[in-house]
Amino acid sequence: MAGLGSTAWDITAAGDSPLNFPLWGAMGNAAMIGLGLALAQPKRRVLVLTGDGEMLMGLGSLATIGVQRPRNLSVVVIDNERYGETGMQATHTAAGADLAKVAQACGFKIVRQVRNASQLQALRAAIHRPSGPLFAQVKVVAEKIPLVLPPRDGGLLKSRFRKALLGEQADLD
Amino acid sequence: MKQNAGPAWPDQIYRTLKDAGVRQVAYVPDAGHKRLIELCLADPELNSVVLTTEEEGIGLTAGAWLGGVRGALLMQSSGVGNCINALGMTRECRFPLLMLITMRGQKGEFNPWQVPMGQATPAVLEAMGVVVHEADSAEAMAPTVDAAARLAFGSYQAVAVLISQAVIGIKSFQDQASR
Repeated sequence: MAGLGSTAWDITAAGDSPLNFPLWGAMGNAAMIGLGLALAQPKRRVLVLTGDGEMLMGLGSLATIGVQRPRNLSVVVIDNERYGETGMQATHTAAGADLAKVAQACGFKIVRQVRNASQLQALRAAIHRPSGPLFAQVKVVAEKIPLVLPPRDGGLLKSRFRKALLGEQADLD
Repeated sequence: MKQNAGPAWPDQIYRTLKDAGVRQVAYVPDAGHKRLIELCLADPELNSVVLTTEEEGIGLTAGAWLGGVRGALLMQSSGVGNCINALGMTRECRFPLLMLITMRGQKGEFNPWQVPMGQATPAVLEAMGVVVHEADSAEAMAPTVDAAARLAFGSYQAVAVLISQAVIGIKSFQDQASR
């Protein structure tokens, strides 16, 4: 699951897959889509990758996840302290709003802050362990990099995801 | 007849949701949905998810559908306005969506602040492509929810059942708080 903006391009740059669900809208809802999926598929691990601006728009969802506490859900915020798609304006995290502390206070079991690349391997391992919910704030440099865009057709993104996860019978339900 | 003489329609809606295969129920609490929420919370087969705002439920039920699970979203009419932008995703992706909305600002409203959103609710939903079913009596409730669930999950539509304020029958703040 990738939130509207840079993280949707990021997961595509890493390799598009039917099991990617990049959002082209519904800003603020990425973590909730991840929660719905994690509750529906308790045996699969769900990763929500989103930006600081997108996460700030859905802060309440961290409290909602804190009530449910699914072990198989990770929310990773790529935090460049900017609204990258609209002119690199500063977000609240640039002024010190601490998303990791919010997640901690909401009851996420594992909370990490990543400030250099050497910490990424440990984060990767933590995401693969079903002992969440996990929240990670990954501080990154604010820079414009070439966009790698996923498909835009929402119906296509939904159908390919369901088919990849649920098999051919997904369409016959 | 049950001994605690509440109306039967919330229990009938609960049964209808179960029969429709719903396994996730998201809600922002509302006095009109009190009994239904209690039934859902008491059911270990349901994931009952309390939300901070109704918009979260649009995402939650979309994620559930991606995972092969049917969801339902309970709210009062004031929450409809909180869902508008997220409903754009529902429509673009053709996610099924079943919303059960207890109406305020409608028949016999005592709080003037509820009236603007309550009166605008059907138009707002329809503007975002949601099919609106109005349920104006206790007897109509279960058949209307059943039809809405079939339309939502069988035809991949966003469907809202508006539960009339006349059926909920809350007359005052004092009445609401005492429930």
